[in-house]
Amino acid sequence: MDISRHWRNRKQRYRLVGEVCPHCGAKLFPPRDVCPHCGMEAKTVETLVGTGTVYAFTTVRQAPSDFAEQSPYVVALISLDDGPMLTAQLTDLGDVEPYVGMRVEMVTRKLRNADDERGLIIYGYKFRPVLERALA
Amino acid sequence: MDDIVITGIGFTPVGEHWEVSLRELATDAALKAMQESGGLRPQAVYVANQYAPVLSRQANVGVLVADFIGLHDVEAATVEAGGASGMMALRAAYLAVASGEADVALALGVEKSTDRVGPDVETALSVVLDADYEAEHGLTPAAQAALLMQRYIHEYNAERAAFAAFPVLAHRNAVGNPAAMFRRAIKESTYRRATMLSDPLNLFDAAPLADGAAAVLVARRSVLPPEMPQPLVRIAGFGIANDTLALHDRDDPLDFAAVRSSVESACKRANCSLEEVDFFELYDAFSIYVPLILEAAGFAPRGEGWKMGQDGSLELDGKLPILTMGGLKARGNPGGATGLYQVAEAVMQLRGQAGDNQIPNARRALVQSLSGPASLAATTILEPAP
Repeated sequence: MDISRHWRNRKQRYRLVGEVCPHCGAKLFPPRDVCPHCGMEAKTVETLVGTGTVYAFTTVRQAPSDFAEQSPYVVALISLDDGPMLTAQLTDLGDVEPYVGMRVEMVTRKLRNADDERGLIIYGYKFRPVLERALA
Repeated sequence: MDDIVITGIGFTPVGEHWEVSLRELATDAALKAMQESGGLRPQAVYVANQYAPVLSRQANVGVLVADFIGLHDVEAATVEAGGASGMMALRAAYLAVASGEADVALALGVEKSTDRVGPDVETALSVVLDADYEAEHGLTPAAQAALLMQRYIHEYNAERAAFAAFPVLAHRNAVGNPAAMFRRAIKESTYRRATMLSDPLNLFDAAPLADGAAAVLVARRSVLPPEMPQPLVRIAGFGIANDTLALHDRDDPLDFAAVRSSVESACKRANCSLEEVDFFELYDAFSIYVPLILEAAGFAPRGEGWKMGQDGSLELDGKLPILTMGGLKARGNPGGATGLYQVAEAVMQLRGQAGDNQIPNARRALVQSLSGPASLAATTILEPAP
């Protein structure tokens, strides 16, 4: 089972830990050590704010075996307020129809069961609609 | 500089070849290409393959295939670059000859997609994505294309129904290609009723993964005898460029920047302008890729590529024929072999051997394979050798 890879990625999966480039200020996710904007070394750890906007979304109906039991599910490109874009499932939609431009926030959810029977559950980020808050 | 030419091509029909193994497919294609070349023997063989390690528990495919096609004491390796594997095998063969390290080199692509069936295959297809940050969230290549399609329609107000034109064209052209997987025309109504794979992308928006093998033999012109069995086709130049692997890392996901860059550098190398291109074998793994490629390559303004499917420009008798033998959608998409099918089809056009699908006076072919959504774009320009 690929437990090492999942363990190694835990800070990214559970808390959106990325980097900030000390040269140009760009926030990076996932961490990649070389800033794609200015090309300089970027190893400063930075936890990203988990809010963003839906850039595009789709409902997957022909799922890979790892995700077959969740099908159909919605996966989206989410433009984070901090700058980077990432790929994640939308969750907690309820009756809400997702739309391009919808405001969303990060939550930690189960991604899937790992490939073997020993019960390892892989968690990671998903995004749910930001609910309207009543003003006091 | 001495011309680098294609002396022979060979390929199997594309389809579900339950009874034929990976080695047998490869041998069939290789022998045809070598026979067409008057028995020329390569000093190097580069084998393109995408999925054998995950579908057939077989890596080291270059070494396996060289052995089974009967080549020993030669240079051999596997080449893998997602959907651009086949084109990159041609690139490796070209460089071997152009550098002087070999006089003759074989580029071969082979794929046995049917060695597994069912949802396991969808999982395997996702190895071309970013494993940790795309596939791990349930993204598949089809879902990724669906995201592009949705955003494209949203940004440009494109008509959803207009995308039918691309698979309809592909199937119409495949009627004239005996090696194609699907040789029947399809109607727009069939397209509209197709099963949804990942909204808004339906079954006919996605090229079918299949089995097949295609081989192209490359040689330095000065080592060839004056009379060759087939008309020679010259490789006029390559342009190859990468972009981010993951779609979410793009500055502008709807801009296939690698396509633009690779077409520009191929045209510069080949001393050719866009207007001089007679046809474009492009990588239609998904129908949304077609307008994105046409726009990035410079054949249509941004956001208007979808209209080219409506006005006849892309037909065999249009101003820029594409998918002349069915493209990935109807000829099929046999993974690592696909790029070499694209090249072989362009060679047939340039030789005047395209039968019912012949483009009159075909003198310059633009051929391009993509890895994913243009995470890599590998372009070559081919011409009849003078």
